[in-house]
Amino acid sequence: MSDNDTAVAGWKESIYQVLKRGKIQQVAYVPDAGHAHVINRCHDDPDMNAVVLTTEEEGVALGCGAWLGGQRSVLLMQSSGVGNCVNMFSLLNSCRIPFLTLITMRGEFAEFNAWQTPMSQATEGVLKAMGFRVVRVTDPDEVEEVVDAALDSAFVAGEQIAVLISQRLIGRKKWIKD
Amino acid sequence: MSQTTGSTPNINRREFVAQLMKHCPDALVIPGLGSSNYDLFAAGDRPENFYMWGAMGGAASIGLGLALAQPSREVIVLTGDGEMLMGMGSLATIGAAQPKNLTIVVLDNGHFGETGMQRSHTSLGTDLVNVAKGCNITHAAHLSKLEQVTEVKEAVTAKKGTSLFQVKVKADDVPRALPTRDGVYVKNRFRAALGFEPV
Repeated sequence: MSDNDTAVAGWKESIYQVLKRGKIQQVAYVPDAGHAHVINRCHDDPDMNAVVLTTEEEGVALGCGAWLGGQRSVLLMQSSGVGNCVNMFSLLNSCRIPFLTLITMRGEFAEFNAWQTPMSQATEGVLKAMGFRVVRVTDPDEVEEVVDAALDSAFVAGEQIAVLISQRLIGRKKWIKD
Repeated sequence: MSQTTGSTPNINRREFVAQLMKHCPDALVIPGLGSSNYDLFAAGDRPENFYMWGAMGGAASIGLGLALAQPSREVIVLTGDGEMLMGMGSLATIGAAQPKNLTIVVLDNGHFGETGMQRSHTSLGTDLVNVAKGCNITHAAHLSKLEQVTEVKEAVTAKKGTSLFQVKVKADDVPRALPTRDGVYVKNRFRAALGFEPV
């Protein structure tokens, strides 16, 4: 964890705490700076399996396998990863698999890399087209409540739900080292 | 370990899968989209089969999630070369996670059987055993004879590490044997066999 992360770890730590309380046991991820704190915490938690993926669609299939085996999972990715998942999402729909994904947004606020923008603009539409309910969080004080509610929507109501974490909340990416 | 380079595959896929299921009656099985799905159903319907009619490339990752969730159970991913090739990155993910109770069986006919028998990459130079080994799945082997199904059985029942077997099967058409396409039913039946209620 970098010093920079520690300074803003409040809402990030609350995500980990919600996942922990919500009995999430498999945490699949393609890394993102916004998820780094949660990824580290999950790797250190003996009750969780943190699984690094080569591409995000593996996390969709992994979550299906976890549910078949009686465990709850979450997929952590950034908005570009949603595009890598599209056909695999049909698995969730066809089998009605409860599913939770937390998505850090790129390409929408103080973005220095325009290559992130096209998928960013398509993220919400793609998720909805594949049957997800999509909620967004922009205020750090709301993160805990929103993620907690989404977790229940997935594993109590059986929905496929995505929480978009606004890039504004994550802050500017420092491209140049101090 | 047997090498099959240059030899003509002579394993009948239906016979191999029937033998495999006879040897591993307790295994939880994730078949990949396509012929493997039919082979598994033809070997006998059972709740512990998660029939798949889509999600190409996902079988191995589903197997990983299941193996991590059920570490005391035997988990078999039974798939074809085309389905495995589409999810080849998942071999790196599995090699990193190293579940002890996961065995991947690739029924390799070297062709995309569902779509007109076009040659796949395993007919064009890709060796999935080498790929698996390169992904740190150290127990990986080619099988070229039906009798070698016992090697798979040993790996499945030992639960001592992830294994991958590339089984060279004949590229011939076998009679259709179609399991149900109702994914919700298959999921609920599978979970019920493990003692889990529907949502």
